[in-house]
Amino acid sequence: MPHAVETQSLTRIFRPKKKKEGSVVTALDSVDLRIERGELFGVLGPNGAGKTTLLKILSTLLLPTSGKAYVAGLDVEKDLTAVRERINMVSGGEISGYGLLTVRENLWMFSQFYGIKSKEAHARIEELLARFGLSSKAKAKVRTLSTGERQKMNVIRGFVTNPEIVFLDEPTLGLDVNAARAVRDFVMDWVQSDRNRTVLLTTHYMMEADELCDRIAIIDGGKILACDTPNNLKKTVKMNTTLTLSVYGLGGINGFDNIPGLNSYTSYKDVESGTTKLRFVLEDESCVSEIVSEVVSKGSRIMSLQKTEPTLEDVFIKLVGRGLA
Amino acid sequence: MTESYLLKNLRAVRGRAYPRLIGSTREPSWFIFDVILPLFTIAGYAYVYKFLDARAELIGYVVLGGAMTAFWLNILWSMASQLYWEKEIGNLPLYLMAPISRMSILAGMAVGGLFETTIQAAMTLAIGAIAFNVVFSLASPVMLIVVFVVTMIALYGMGMMFASLYLLLGREAYHLSALMMEPVYFASGFYFPVKHLGFWAAAGASIIPITLGLDALRQIIFPGGTEDAFLSLNTEVALLSGLCVVFMILSRYALRYMEYLGKTTGRLTLRWQ
Ligand SMILES: Nc1ncnc2c1ncn2[C@@H]1O[C@H](COP(=O)(O)OP(=O)(O)O)[C@@H](O)[C@H]1O
Ligand SMILES: [Mg+2]
Repeated sequence: MPHAVETQSLTRIFRPKKKKEGSVVTALDSVDLRIERGELFGVLGPNGAGKTTLLKILSTLLLPTSGKAYVAGLDVEKDLTAVRERINMVSGGEISGYGLLTVRENLWMFSQFYGIKSKEAHARIEELLARFGLSSKAKAKVRTLSTGERQKMNVIRGFVTNPEIVFLDEPTLGLDVNAARAVRDFVMDWVQSDRNRTVLLTTHYMMEADELCDRIAIIDGGKILACDTPNNLKKTVKMNTTLTLSVYGLGGINGFDNIPGLNSYTSYKDVESGTTKLRFVLEDESCVSEIVSEVVSKGSRIMSLQKTEPTLEDVFIKLVGRGLA
Repeated sequence: MTESYLLKNLRAVRGRAYPRLIGSTREPSWFIFDVILPLFTIAGYAYVYKFLDARAELIGYVVLGGAMTAFWLNILWSMASQLYWEKEIGNLPLYLMAPISRMSILAGMAVGGLFETTIQAAMTLAIGAIAFNVVFSLASPVMLIVVFVVTMIALYGMGMMFASLYLLLGREAYHLSALMMEPVYFASGFYFPVKHLGFWAAAGASIIPITLGLDALRQIIFPGGTEDAFLSLNTEVALLSGLCVVFMILSRYALRYMEYLGKTTGRLTLRWQ
């Protein structure tokens, strides 16, 4: 089975119409990606990194300057209809549709551009509206929706055509916590419920990429700087996971010396309160349970426990030399 | 082209026609703007002809022409500027990404617009005819339908071609629409038989399908209409059929060119530029 998405040295250069209108921009620079079927794949990068440009090429809206792109094994420059039948796309902040139509009518209209039978389309629309808790808004005019409701409708629009591969361009942009949560949960469920489904999502929210994605490509200036699972990416950062414990009534500390995977530790006893603050630097996270059982076996009580580990932000800073603004 | 592909495209046409069809029932202000307002212009011309003791047909021509202005306005302000507007509101990329012919989207707009406008024009015609005692004598109902259909296909084909061209011109295109209102009312003979412009001027104006369409309709539904005819009815139908083909081909070509340009420059799918 071909990859869901494959690009080979994909490059896109934008040239200004006239010289004074700006300079030549290399939006994508030799991008090589391979996304498997069933993956929820993230492209993480700051504004202007080239994320939207990548999705536009994959969704047949833009031509590459050089290189190749395949969706479901089909050439996005040649097999236009075959690619289009298999995909859909939703963008953050999208305001598509017609304000005087109701939510249901709008979704139906877009489903018709995929030639779906009305009956089938309506069944899917009702199901998805219910899934998003939007059934009560089915008859509301699109122009009366809140930002969150509107984006939920847009997401439904993208999935109602039963695509194999969905491109989501910053789908939670500008949404409040609850609406963003609803969209993320839906996307995760959707991918997981069928091994043939694939999502390619772009974002500049590090937490979103970390939480949702099986694998992440970090992009900046049109270049893919790294591509791996969130955990593997974090491992590349030379910053160890630390575990900080606040313990009451700790007897001794020599039991920690023999725990494998533990790099080093420090302890500080606050005589007045009787608590000890322990800070462990971990080489292997699996030793957390052994540390905890060692503490408990000495008859002490754990008052608080905090683990700090490298984030994707640290990965990004390491790769780019600046934060993910 | 498989049958299912055809069926898909028909569904797309219906889908895009829908907002136009439903739109007029949701915003009833169209009755004032599209039915009542044209009646004032009609009344103006009708009174001039009346005071001049002109032949009765002339008033009939004015009522029919005035009613037909609705189609020209629909072409200029809805069809031609529609893709540009779709781009601004962000629908264009969704249309271009769909697995159907782009012509189906344009055809959907046209079908919806045509349906909506036909109702408006019929109402204007009916009110005008009653108000000014217009006498119709329908020679051949079949011919009436044939002429109306070929005129509309050619006219909306022209509108579909404009849609792509306006997209390339961008915001400036609005001025073009304003520029093409009154001059076309005049050149196409909306309020008088176009033959009186002289052969070459009338021939030039015939590039706009409504010119020949209107002239042919007048021949069919007014007694003595043939006297004022620019060309014979059959010639006009033949020419209108030719315009149908020409504008369909041109609109398809313009759409392809527009899409190609959009895909190479990346400008068509950008919002707020
Ligand atoms: N149609 C266009 N014309 C010129 N430059 C463009 C066009 N589209 C995008 N760019 C430029 O390409 C770069 C990447 O843009 P984009 O892919 O939209 O980034 P992102 O989605 O990651 O924010 C930016 O510098 C942007 O200004
Ligand atoms: Mg973007």
